[in-house]
Amino acid sequence: MAETTSDDVLREMEANPVKGRSLWADARARFFRNKAAVAGLIALIFVTSFALFGGLFAQYERDYINFALIGSNAVNGVPSFETGYYFGTDASGRDLYSRVVQGTGISLMVGLIGALVAVVVGTLYGATAGYIGGRTDGMMMRTVDVLMSIPFMFVLILLLVIFGRSIFMIFVGIGLISWLDMARIARGQTLTLKNKEFVEAAVAVGVKPWTIILRHIVPNLLGIVIVYATLLVPQMILFESFISFLGLGVQEPNTSLGALIKEGAGQMQYGVLWQLLFPLFFFLLTLFAFFFVGDGLRDALDPKDR
Amino acid sequence: MLSFITRRIAVAIPTILILVIFSFILMYSAPGGPFNSERPLPPEVLANIEAKYGLDQPFWRQIVNYVWGVVTQFDFGPSFQYKDRSVNDVIAQGFPVTLTYGFWSFVVAVIVGVSLGVAAAIRHNTWLDYLAVGVSVGAQALPNFVLAPILVLVFTLWLGWLPGGGWAGGQWQYVIMPVIALSTSYMASIARITRSSMLEVMNSNFIRTAQAKGLPMRRVIWRHALKPTMLPVISYLGPAFVGMITGSVVIDIFMSTGGIGQFFVNSAFNRDYAVIMGITILVGVLTITFNLVVDILYAWIDPKIRY
Amino acid sequence: MTLKAKLMATGAAVLIAAGSMASAQNTHPVTGETLAEDQTFIYRVLDEHSSVDPQVVEDVSGSEVVRDLFEGLYNQDEDGALEPGVALSHAASDDGLTYTFTLRQDAMWSNGEPVTAGDFVFAWQRAVDPELASPYAWYMELMSIENGEAIIAGEMPTSALGVSAIDDHTLEVRLTKPLPYFPQMVTHGTTFPVHPPTIAAHGDEWTRPENIVSNGAYVLTEHIPQERTVRVRNEMYWNNDETIIEEVVALVINDENQALTRWKAGELDRTEVPAGQFPALAEEFPGEAISFPRLCSYYYTINVTDTANPALLDPRVREALSLAVDRDIIVNNVLAGGQTAAYTFTPEATAEFEIPDVAKAGMSQADRNARAQELLAEAGFGSGGETLEVDLIYNTSEAHRSVAIAISQMWKQTLGVETELGNQEWQTFLETRGNKDYEIARAGWCGDYNEASTFLDLMDSGSGYNDAGYTNPMVDDLLAEAKTVQDPAGRQAIYTQIEEIIAVDLPIIPIYHYAGSYMMDADVGNWPVNNVEQNWYSRNLYKIAE
Repeated sequence: MAETTSDDVLREMEANPVKGRSLWADARARFFRNKAAVAGLIALIFVTSFALFGGLFAQYERDYINFALIGSNAVNGVPSFETGYYFGTDASGRDLYSRVVQGTGISLMVGLIGALVAVVVGTLYGATAGYIGGRTDGMMMRTVDVLMSIPFMFVLILLLVIFGRSIFMIFVGIGLISWLDMARIARGQTLTLKNKEFVEAAVAVGVKPWTIILRHIVPNLLGIVIVYATLLVPQMILFESFISFLGLGVQEPNTSLGALIKEGAGQMQYGVLWQLLFPLFFFLLTLFAFFFVGDGLRDALDPKDR
Repeated sequence: MLSFITRRIAVAIPTILILVIFSFILMYSAPGGPFNSERPLPPEVLANIEAKYGLDQPFWRQIVNYVWGVVTQFDFGPSFQYKDRSVNDVIAQGFPVTLTYGFWSFVVAVIVGVSLGVAAAIRHNTWLDYLAVGVSVGAQALPNFVLAPILVLVFTLWLGWLPGGGWAGGQWQYVIMPVIALSTSYMASIARITRSSMLEVMNSNFIRTAQAKGLPMRRVIWRHALKPTMLPVISYLGPAFVGMITGSVVIDIFMSTGGIGQFFVNSAFNRDYAVIMGITILVGVLTITFNLVVDILYAWIDPKIRY
Repeated sequence: MTLKAKLMATGAAVLIAAGSMASAQNTHPVTGETLAEDQTFIYRVLDEHSSVDPQVVEDVSGSEVVRDLFEGLYNQDEDGALEPGVALSHAASDDGLTYTFTLRQDAMWSNGEPVTAGDFVFAWQRAVDPELASPYAWYMELMSIENGEAIIAGEMPTSALGVSAIDDHTLEVRLTKPLPYFPQMVTHGTTFPVHPPTIAAHGDEWTRPENIVSNGAYVLTEHIPQERTVRVRNEMYWNNDETIIEEVVALVINDENQALTRWKAGELDRTEVPAGQFPALAEEFPGEAISFPRLCSYYYTINVTDTANPALLDPRVREALSLAVDRDIIVNNVLAGGQTAAYTFTPEATAEFEIPDVAKAGMSQADRNARAQELLAEAGFGSGGETLEVDLIYNTSEAHRSVAIAISQMWKQTLGVETELGNQEWQTFLETRGNKDYEIARAGWCGDYNEASTFLDLMDSGSGYNDAGYTNPMVDDLLAEAKTVQDPAGRQAIYTQIEEIIAVDLPIIPIYHYAGSYMMDADVGNWPVNNVEQNWYSRNLYKIAE
């Protein structure tokens, strides 16, 4: 009996790396066959490099005010290559191009940090609950149920009020609330994983539970985690824009796409439509990119579809 | 099934209690208080006000009193900010408004979203599919604080067809714009979920079998494909329904509808503790209820699930 | 008493005008303009009002409703001067401690019962009643009515308040100290009468449209929180014949740009002009963009206590920061709504007050900038020294944000100062500023009454509103002295002196004096632009036929 088990393990260990690699290669092939996903990926690369290197082309600092332009934006602040204001100026007479560059960067960062926190916390929590099982599992998942019935908007607004001044804290906060779905998914997957032979083998040779979770369970959750994270990023970016709408987002002179859109939307009827359109374009492009890449990844990593 | 429902309801009560305590703690840890203003009140005036609203009592006492009032008399206390009104009044006033436009948004979002999703899936990889995907992704990504003022500019200022805001007791002209503004992003999500779920179902063996038997497409879709397609849609609809009937701050701000979204945000900013608590509990109860409804619907549609 | 004579005269004129009213129905009795068929005035309010209970109301939009629904002893006319309300006249005792008001015979509640002195006594006792716990109880303290403070503190019964009805039409008020501006104070909502039987019958719900009984020119007919308030002409009002506007509707519209769209669509008669849009709108809608001075000051307060940024304790640094603010850009470009640049605290619109000359005001901005650079260098910062870093907080608002962005750039471009901007939501902001947990903070102050002391009292070291933590015994002494001087010219001399001291000590950086700016439909007649406190009454307005 013991022999067959270890044989099985051996076979499994032999098969796994090869199979694993081919699984990822398969997924990659499937992903690149999906035109929308590839377009999304290209858009994402474009937006990211715009955020990283767009500043090199800016003619003005993002906080520099040309006082002659305040109050006469509609006439003198129009987008133009001659003046160096590629995207025109904002209501305060600042270069909109360099602000959009920075806004894109901050929105991306905020989306990534929020999603990262949600995914890390959710995965670890779910994997732990699922692996330990029994009463602990029950307790941990009931807690998730309870937290899920807390109106999210409410918590969000209170968090804003308490951590008002630090955008980073806000997103740690939001990430910490958004981990609930991830926890459920991770637990479900863990339940099926924990009866697999390689986990049983690890238990048999006396590996500590925590190490098993980190070394054996979590890596096998990677596919679904990546998909979920990609779909979570645009949500985070949307949240950020809502926070900016309430006037509680990033502190001036820093900015985010949400803040720029909010400002532009307010100025919509005053003949300075570019103040809305440029940030909105990058906002939509970023979200499109994440949506399509996320969908593409899900189709690629979820073989039951085929 | 019945025991499942009773069990869930039994869990709901401590959940609400935890929600109340949690909200109380969050609320009180926020800086400021309901009676702070630009002009600080003289201490004796402040003392009278705090005594009137019971804020001079210890923290635990306030929670106990509050819960007791809610449980025994269904009294959610007075509003600190809107001094002519109690929290019950505020909710009785604002919630029907929110419920009305939220409900219609839900109807619109489901009908349009599901049709769009199904159409896109059936015509997979045609221009219709691409259009549907493009529209729904765009609608999901467009912040509604951009959409709402555009609607008002177009329908009120340029076309002059609809009033630019207000509620007027829920006359249809006043409901249209809030419904469009609120339903758009939900519609988009529903369309996307329906589409991908439908694609999955259409690829599954039982549908292929049905098609192979030579059943007409229309019949395959109606009789076989739609029900399994709806499973993931329904699990999305529960929270979405609660999201819609609890309204939207953005809609309330731009359309001046007077729904509870507006009350909620104002109360959070003004530290109107009683109104915050009242609305939180309302939303919490709705969330729990509709999660339960979704689970029951799920069991009914998918016979594989057993409780 | 001259005021009494004047009030009697105005009262008579009003009665004569009322008499001639009936014959000319569709033209305005005084101006002769043709009146519109539809006399409905619709205006935008930013937010839901706190209450329409005169003793409880604490916000501007609520007070506007209260002034229409109720009438106190005196009203303000279009210029802010007193005119008779329920009281026809008053007499003050020689020591200035007892006021006796004579009430009109024909004042009536909307249910037809007469308004009596007893209703005022009831209302004023109610305002200080700890059980009602009105947030505006402090206003009764400000009025210095006998025993007011003790009643609020719960040490005496409400019946001990120094106000009594000699008979139904004579009201006597006893003060603890003479207040030259006491008659002006009774135009405030807190002092308006309420109908005791209604409150007895309905308790907290007496202000509901179905319950309320009021004595003003209008009655409340509809109130949907966060949406609208409707008030219509009160047929029982003693001067109802002169009321022209039939119905007044206040719509709650949170977003100012949204309100402007609806104004353009013709849904509103009045809305606020968003910051910076006044010139463009004035061009697009000639004659409909109006602007007028207000009794308010906008300034940055600097924390000068020991919790402060040590650099800001150096007056040269504060002076440099103040000089480098180009007020003309703020008022002409950033806000552009008729605000005026401020180099001193008290606004020019204040009655019996002239803005003193301070050196800064006369310089050109280039000179100011040069001087600022010098001062900062002397203090060891700027070119050659270390970089000065300051924190600036403001509460969430588009206009405050625009001003803060512009000023932080002025400091940076002129002085090389690095400013860290902090946008805080209102309650957090109040707490931070109140705890002196800030370096520089935005502040604004509107006069409680129309006299310079309502502003300068903030500079008193004991004032609860002195957020800078500024102490100068000389200012304290001068402020105390001003209270005893009866003659306006003498007070002006003292106020000038105080303003000059502040301009040197600089606990605050005055930035501008407010202007009200509205988009007002051309058919709205008689908006009181000269009333710097903007105490307007719908019954004075009218709609002209287009």
